[in-house]
Amino acid sequence: MAVIEATDLGKTFRVRRRAGRLRRRVEDVVAVTDLTFGIERGEMVGYIGPNGAGKSTTIKMLTGILVPAHGEVRVNGLDPSRRRTEVARNVGVVFGQRTQLWWDLPLVDSFDLLRRVYKVGDGAYRESLDELVELLDLAALLEVPVRQLSLGQRMRGDIAAALLHDPAILYLDEPTIGLDVVSKARVREFLSKRNAERGTTVLLTTHDLDDIEHLCKRVMIIDHGRLLFDGGLVEVIERLGEERTLVVDLAVEAPPLSVPGARLVSLDGTRQRLAFKRSETSAATVIAAVAAAAEIVELTIEEPDIESAIRRLYESGL
Amino acid sequence: MLDTYRILASARMRSDLQYRVSFVLFTLSQFTVTILDFVAILILFGAVPALAHWSLREVTFLYGLANLSFGIADLLVSPIETVQQHIQTGTFDRLLLRPASPIVQVIADQFSLRRLGKVAEGALVFGIGCRVAGIHWTTARIALTALSVVTGSVIFSGLWVLTSCVCFWWVEGREAQNALTYGGGFLAQYPLGIYGAWLRRLLAYAVPIAFVNYFPAVYVLDRHDRLGLPAWASFAAPGVALVVVIAAAMAWRVGIRHYRSTGS
Amino acid sequence: MRVYVEVARRSFRRWSTYRAATVAGVFTNSIFGFIRAAALVAVAHARPGAGGLSVKGFITFSVLSQAMLAYVGVFGSTDEIAERVRTGDVVADLYRPADFQLWWLAAFVGRGVFQLVGRGIPILVVGAVVYGLQTPATVGDLGLFLVSLLAALLLGFGVWFLVNVSTFWLFDNRGTKQLVDTVTLFASGLLVPLSLFPHALGHVVRLLPFAGMVQTPAEIFLGVSTGVHALGRIGLQVAWVVALFGIGRYALSRATRRVVIQGG
Repeated sequence: MAVIEATDLGKTFRVRRRAGRLRRRVEDVVAVTDLTFGIERGEMVGYIGPNGAGKSTTIKMLTGILVPAHGEVRVNGLDPSRRRTEVARNVGVVFGQRTQLWWDLPLVDSFDLLRRVYKVGDGAYRESLDELVELLDLAALLEVPVRQLSLGQRMRGDIAAALLHDPAILYLDEPTIGLDVVSKARVREFLSKRNAERGTTVLLTTHDLDDIEHLCKRVMIIDHGRLLFDGGLVEVIERLGEERTLVVDLAVEAPPLSVPGARLVSLDGTRQRLAFKRSETSAATVIAAVAAAAEIVELTIEEPDIESAIRRLYESGL
Repeated sequence: MLDTYRILASARMRSDLQYRVSFVLFTLSQFTVTILDFVAILILFGAVPALAHWSLREVTFLYGLANLSFGIADLLVSPIETVQQHIQTGTFDRLLLRPASPIVQVIADQFSLRRLGKVAEGALVFGIGCRVAGIHWTTARIALTALSVVTGSVIFSGLWVLTSCVCFWWVEGREAQNALTYGGGFLAQYPLGIYGAWLRRLLAYAVPIAFVNYFPAVYVLDRHDRLGLPAWASFAAPGVALVVVIAAAMAWRVGIRHYRSTGS
Repeated sequence: MRVYVEVARRSFRRWSTYRAATVAGVFTNSIFGFIRAAALVAVAHARPGAGGLSVKGFITFSVLSQAMLAYVGVFGSTDEIAERVRTGDVVADLYRPADFQLWWLAAFVGRGVFQLVGRGIPILVVGAVVYGLQTPATVGDLGLFLVSLLAALLLGFGVWFLVNVSTFWLFDNRGTKQLVDTVTLFASGLLVPLSLFPHALGHVVRLLPFAGMVQTPAEIFLGVSTGVHALGRIGLQVAWVVALFGIGRYALSRATRRVVIQGG
């Protein structure tokens, strides 16, 4: 059974715009429309799209902060807009850009406060805290006031804070933003471990596609309020990243190469770049054709990266 | 709910105590800033023997009742006004994500013992007023006086919540709220008779500040200037308080609903 | 010099974007002006000639002082330096090739000019429409008033700067700010005109810098203080401006020697 289900979900905002000096025009702006998806227990899903695409509006509707204009949401079978607090007990949220920790108090105090707000029992809290402290390496930081923590330390603290009540669902909004490479790796490692061991369902929005590559098998892409793609990460790359590039360094400068099934992307001295599609021709065929025309000194094949693949997807609109 | 309030409020107190000098100065100045209002009254009475036919002793009682009620509301409920900052900076979402009442979270998060300075001042002047105003104490007068502290606090608290709700629609309107909360508290320090007719109607009846202290005081001090209202006006405060609370609760619910349908 | 003009202009423009907040402020200050006026009018009716002002004079005083409140920055000026000290951003300011104090003076003046135009003048207009206000008797009075008004802004800066610089020592300047606001409220004439104070107290308070923030310009506006007397008062304002500026410079130089950055 899907733990998160959205059916024809939509939200429209009414905004007043200045039109002339005094007049205001009322406009309806569609933030999200016709959103339908289901997320199974234990899935880790990457939710990506440009700024203003409707990601946070979606999350707000999934958590019950926003009431949908139409369509339906079910989280653990409950309608979050009607039963916000019940849903909240089973959900953890991390906003990378802002902390929910108490700035002037030692980290452990924030944990203690939150467990009381979430009404976590003594035993369960101790167990939960011990585990999180160990996995996120927080032991040395517990007595440090939050304002003195580094960004990476604070983020680990925030993640622990969101998981104290052992929620079945975790929403992460840019959890690695601004972190250094080591901290990023640490956060990712923790998240995949948590997911594997506890079966926590994770929905992750991020601009860092490394996060997605490391953590998510499934990706949902949204733009202009519409779901453009929902499927495997591999599929994203295959469907959109099927164009590969052959880079050849020739022995002497040569006129632009002409190879059937490939097109010349750039010519820079002795280096030429040829793009070709997986479905139309093979690397071997292209290389053979180039070798027949000129003397090759060096060659490499560039695979498309996910970032450019997705960028292309935004541009083409699929 | 009370549990959440207590827990979050004590966290805020611990934060506050990290800046001890500031804490002490703040508490002190809370006391001072309010006592200065009374000093102002003393200065005015240095120039004239009575204001709207009320003597200094009577005004002391009136003022004490107003400031004690205001101080209690200020201590326990006034941080609700920070809901505006929560909405403006987006942290209100975070409060809605937790399984606890947002109103309790907003208030408790900015709870501050420093505001005790104000309560202390109100209590002090109120105590003096009770002694010097020449009240002929009867059971009814004692009961009404005690009850008035409670109903007065409730009315001010309700006004605070009610006026805070404005920011659900008008985020930048925070300061207009001061006119009704602090303005109301200030207005209640003087006998109603000094105000012009329209101000009296607007700020005393529409915003029922007069029921906080003026009408009860008229009975307790055995005066008769009810400004056109019948004798039972002196005992109407509980009903007025109830109406204010209901109005505040409704405004808050509508405000939250508006926020959750517009996200701003 | 160009850079400071630019800072002032930016500051003006920044404050002018808070339109709704300004409207709310005009509303609140006007209400407070009316409430304070009511108490003073009651005094004027009970004892004509008290404090050297007519009924209209008292009303004008109340409205004018509320109109100047935001301009001189007593309440409602944001403590930007304090905020930057808390976050540690202040280090960047100190390394800027511009004078730290002058930089913030320019920002304060830009803000003040906006508060005068966007807030002060509308408050006067509201007051004039509702009550009808007294105006300066001669062009000379008006000229002296404008000079005194400028001095009031610089006094406001001197005090504001010290309150902010105190953050270098206390990390949290809310206590100092509240205390200074309290003293200002009382000693500037905002709460009760200094002319109603008991004689000796009034004389002492008039010697403090706070009197120059409201009482002095208001009395010149109302023609209570004219000619040589007014020039003497303005002289005192200027002396305090110079003194506060010097103290601020000294405090800043001490503070920068012990910059401790929070959290960094």
